Amino acid sequence: MHSAAQRANAIATFGVALLATLCVAASILDAFNTPDVQARVQVTKINRFRRQLDGNDEVRLTLNMSMNLESLFTWNTKQVFVFLAAEYETPKNGLNQVSLWDHIIQDKEKANFNIKVPTEYPLIDQGSNLRGKEIDLVLHWHIMPKSGRMIRDKMKLSSFSLPNSYTNKI
Amino acid sequence: MSLLMDVKLRPVLTQLVNLGMIVSTALIIWKGLICITGCQSPVMVVLTGSMEPGFKRGDLLFFNMNKEPIHAGEIVVFDIDGHDIPIVHRVIEVHDKQDNRDIDILTKGDNNLVDDRDLYPRGQLWLNNQHIIGRAKGYLPYVGYVTIIMTEKPIIKYLLIGALGLLVITSK
Repeated sequence: MHSAAQRANAIATFGVALLATLCVAASILDAFNTPDVQARVQVTKINRFRRQLDGNDEVRLTLNMSMNLESLFTWNTKQVFVFLAAEYETPKNGLNQVSLWDHIIQDKEKANFNIKVPTEYPLIDQGSNLRGKEIDLVLHWHIMPKSGRMIRDKMKLSSFSLPNSYTNKI
Repeated sequence: MSLLMDVKLRPVLTQLVNLGMIVSTALIIWKGLICITGCQSPVMVVLTGSMEPGFKRGDLLFFNMNKEPIHAGEIVVFDIDGHDIPIVHRVIEVHDKQDNRDIDILTKGDNNLVDDRDLYPRGQLWLNNQHIIGRAKGYLPYVGYVTIIMTEKPIIKYLLIGALGLLVITSK
């Protein structure tokens, strides 16, 4: 009646169509998720604030952060990439965003934590504009799904001002 | 004699036209995607492990491109001289010039310890708008692994195309 090849073809076509529908549905359902992120950050120490030899300002901090990203996770979430960016404006640049710390969260259970860490990446300005500068600390997250659309969002946590003079003369 | 040739010619021509239709439909879909997304390369396969655990080799990524300024956290694909294949990494630093004249971007693979500055050509510290081909918006796991196998073992590519061609010609 139907050959083996015809049956295999029908099964394969149906299987692929089903998989594709599931992937699209998973991504659409993600849009209904209402996230509610809570987070706080505090600069506990300025480890280094100096002007490098090439003339650019360099800042290293210690941060005390607590955050709860559990509401970002759905069954279609593979991981959440979260990072804290220092954002500020200078005469030459309308917007500067520098990532200070990042982390990959793969399970919902690990999405609620409190840490005190030195910044992973230094804040290096294009120039020497940071003395007395007010810097916004903005938490960014990137939800990477098991399949479908990736979702990015952010939340400003707090601001802090750098001192008017360098703290190290190195 | 001429009657015999008439009988055999038409099915062959029909099959050829069918084949042409399939190829041109695929081409139309591809070019259409390029137009809709505004990106030269709207669908790409992940080739390296530098963005793990988020993207693994063989995963498929969907890109688009527009005039919106690029912000930190976005995953972008860029081309640099000296590298044949475009690289897909995350933007970790952005310096957007006043009046949006241009933008300095620094990228880093999630799974890499250091940023991409060593990858950029000598003397180039930042990427600019001209280097960015697209930004990643969507993702499908595993689907692209077929193309990796076909690139690394070309025999399989020829076998597949041969088998597909055979199927098209022999089916009604």
